[in-house]
Amino acid sequence: MAQQAQSTGAVGPTKAFSAGELGLVLTAIGMTFLSILIAAKTTSGPYAFHASLFALASVASVFAIFNRYLARPAEPAPQEINGKPNYNYGPIKFGTLISLFWGIAGFLVGCIIAFQLAFPALNFDLPWISFGRLRPLHTSAVIFAFGGNVLIASSFYVVQRTCRARLAGNLAPWFVVLGYNLFIVIAGTGYLLGVTQSKEYAEPEWYADLFLTFVWVTYLVVFLATIAKRKEPHIYVANWFYIAFIVTIAVLHVGNNATVPVSLYSPKSYIVWSGVQDAMMQWWYGHNAVGFFLTAGFLAIMYYFVPKRAERPVYSYRLSIIHFWALIFLYMWAGPHHLHYTALPDWAQTLGMAFSIVLWMPSWGGMINGLMTLSGAWDKLRTDPVLRMLVVSIAFYGMSTFEGPLMSIKVVNSLSHYTDWTVGHVHSGALGWVGYVSFGAIYCLVPWLWNKPQLYSLRLVNWHFWISTLGIVFYITSMWVAGILQGLMWRAYTSLGFLEYSFIETVETIHPFYIIRALGGVLFLIGALIMCWNIYRTIVEPAAKQERVPSGALATAH
Amino acid sequence: MSGAPHEDIDAHTGTATTGHEWDGIRELNTPLPKWWLYILYATTVWAIGYIIVYPAIPLISGHTPGIAGWTSRGAVTQELAQLTQQRAPMTSALEKASFSEITKDERMRTFALAQGRAAFGDNCAPCHGAGGGGAFSFPNLNDDDWIWGGSLEAIQQTIQYGIRSTHPDTRVGIMPAFAQILNTKEIDQLANHVRALGGLTTEKTYEKALGSRLFGEQCAACHSDGGKGNIELGAPNLADSIWLFGSDKASILQTLARGRASMMPAWNGRLDDTTIKALSVYVQSLGGVKTAP
Repeated sequence: MAQQAQSTGAVGPTKAFSAGELGLVLTAIGMTFLSILIAAKTTSGPYAFHASLFALASVASVFAIFNRYLARPAEPAPQEINGKPNYNYGPIKFGTLISLFWGIAGFLVGCIIAFQLAFPALNFDLPWISFGRLRPLHTSAVIFAFGGNVLIASSFYVVQRTCRARLAGNLAPWFVVLGYNLFIVIAGTGYLLGVTQSKEYAEPEWYADLFLTFVWVTYLVVFLATIAKRKEPHIYVANWFYIAFIVTIAVLHVGNNATVPVSLYSPKSYIVWSGVQDAMMQWWYGHNAVGFFLTAGFLAIMYYFVPKRAERPVYSYRLSIIHFWALIFLYMWAGPHHLHYTALPDWAQTLGMAFSIVLWMPSWGGMINGLMTLSGAWDKLRTDPVLRMLVVSIAFYGMSTFEGPLMSIKVVNSLSHYTDWTVGHVHSGALGWVGYVSFGAIYCLVPWLWNKPQLYSLRLVNWHFWISTLGIVFYITSMWVAGILQGLMWRAYTSLGFLEYSFIETVETIHPFYIIRALGGVLFLIGALIMCWNIYRTIVEPAAKQERVPSGALATAH
Repeated sequence: MSGAPHEDIDAHTGTATTGHEWDGIRELNTPLPKWWLYILYATTVWAIGYIIVYPAIPLISGHTPGIAGWTSRGAVTQELAQLTQQRAPMTSALEKASFSEITKDERMRTFALAQGRAAFGDNCAPCHGAGGGGAFSFPNLNDDDWIWGGSLEAIQQTIQYGIRSTHPDTRVGIMPAFAQILNTKEIDQLANHVRALGGLTTEKTYEKALGSRLFGEQCAACHSDGGKGNIELGAPNLADSIWLFGSDKASILQTLARGRASMMPAWNGRLDDTTIKALSVYVQSLGGVKTAP
């Protein structure tokens, strides 16, 4: 918003509320009354708490909009200043910083539940911190709070830079980032208080879902409107992936959360899908959350930050087209592989597996395009730990997108399903791919956003890289061993035709691996804390103290 | 796509770019990697073949069955049938045999132990521990101290009908709450006396004569003189060092004052008779049968 101040003219049109400001204020006032009504009438403590949070947030937004109105010049922010796009970085800065906060929270809760699995006494018999409530808190915090904020912040940055256009909307981008984080708070506190609709990765109840739908549609509109006013003739590949991610998540969210609330005054709702159809919807959603949130979205990040940081052209335009369309077409059908050997009809299982196998190469297209972009810049891996992090993330992406189709094969799945192998697979993708590509993007973004020549310390990035890599290796290897052990023990028969091991014996066997896994998680958390310190110092350190101009920032002059 | 006159060649790779640039990023016009394309084709062909062989395409009512005629329900039924067939000769022998026949026939006993071990892990281990070591209020089955009797028949009855279970034929025995019958001093004396029976230290306030008298009046009816217990009533032997509800004085005071009534469910109907028979053999083998009455 610093740019806005510059454009204040001595004589200008008289200041007036814009339609957006007025509309949002009226909506917020309406929301305040509605929330107070719900808080007063509901018999559910957690729901009353959430309604109060909504009321407070609505009141706060009214004040914020008025303050902003008083401080802003009469004219709307200019699209360009001196012929250069007047980029809107405020919401991006917020999204970047809050993603770090949620990242630390999510990783910490992950470590806690890892130790709870190894030592159940750590549940302390308290419902609020029992594994059952902390587990969705962990998954939502890392996927939606950390990952989601990285995606929103990076997409707002990338779409502006690659379109050479200011982010569309005045209040809308702020509504997206703040509204999204309000949703996170509602969801997270809901889990701790026991509000859940018990759908994996879609636990928040109907009112939180409804609110998120408004936020998400606004996000889509802001993104598309920015693309619509682009100054570049073509839409850059990263933006295709961002659009696929935003559109599909909207469809998945609405489809899987189709519920009928008991009443306006009850947090409880009933899903319209039932039985095996509900299971199918759930894993159509669940698998495409992986495909479009954790894959397409983060591939968008890769397509901008890797060539930018490596200062090399993207390896193959054709590959990007083919693998984009193949990926988004095939991913949609692969969900049933989560329900092999269940009540799901055989035909759906067959299709799920077939599409998963064909998905292998389209997924690897992204890996090839990412890694081969380094061609001519491999030497930079020795000197630039940020680029190394980005490249290793692509390697983990390649590994987990090979492992995924492999595990979707029914014969393999009969061994791996319900074991910790699945957990290991998810985390090689989550920690290695999503985590590292996000860290790489944040390390690039912060100096660019805060106008610093470079990061506070590349040595600290190096420490972050090695400590967390060790953590990931601990995590995934221990879970592979534990998972395969479990799978083999569950199916072992004695020569007389009886099961060789009881369930409790398998639990006992994998206990040491649970401890190794938890320690791996702690290392990953330590790495992320080092990153936070580095980012903090980068932002607060006066620019004069920093010497070298970073390689990545040079190219931004275009 | 070579040949366009205006094209921009990347110096390092010698490949043309697409001619566009976004925020400093350009794209090479590299053709698709051959190996990538061939694997994509191969997986596609494989997927089509897989869809032909297995049930795959949904139709208006039903779906294509696949030329292999495979169904997951068929596969699991077949596996279970194979397993049943493998066990069949021994299972039918076990079904008919009496306990003494099982004990004498080494092959049958081995089979019963294997079946019992598997059934124990799935059904009994949650309370009695994976190795039958027990826990507070769940009897240790590794010792040779049988509350309701250690003969195979007695164990079988316990498993079938449970203890204080909902089954009409359940074993029932009650340790009453003595708080309403005795005063604090008397309960305290009894607690010391019970510890003395088990060979544990007593407090200075303990009067042996008083303790013995109270035990004789209140406890011996079930636990027998000298606290040797009574398997007919499920009254545990107190004169050994095995303690179901703790041996420290506070725990014993609790037992005396409030009584105890832990329960074991009836497995009749949940497990078939042969499995219960095998379980009886396995459970008895855990504790040994030297002193089993």
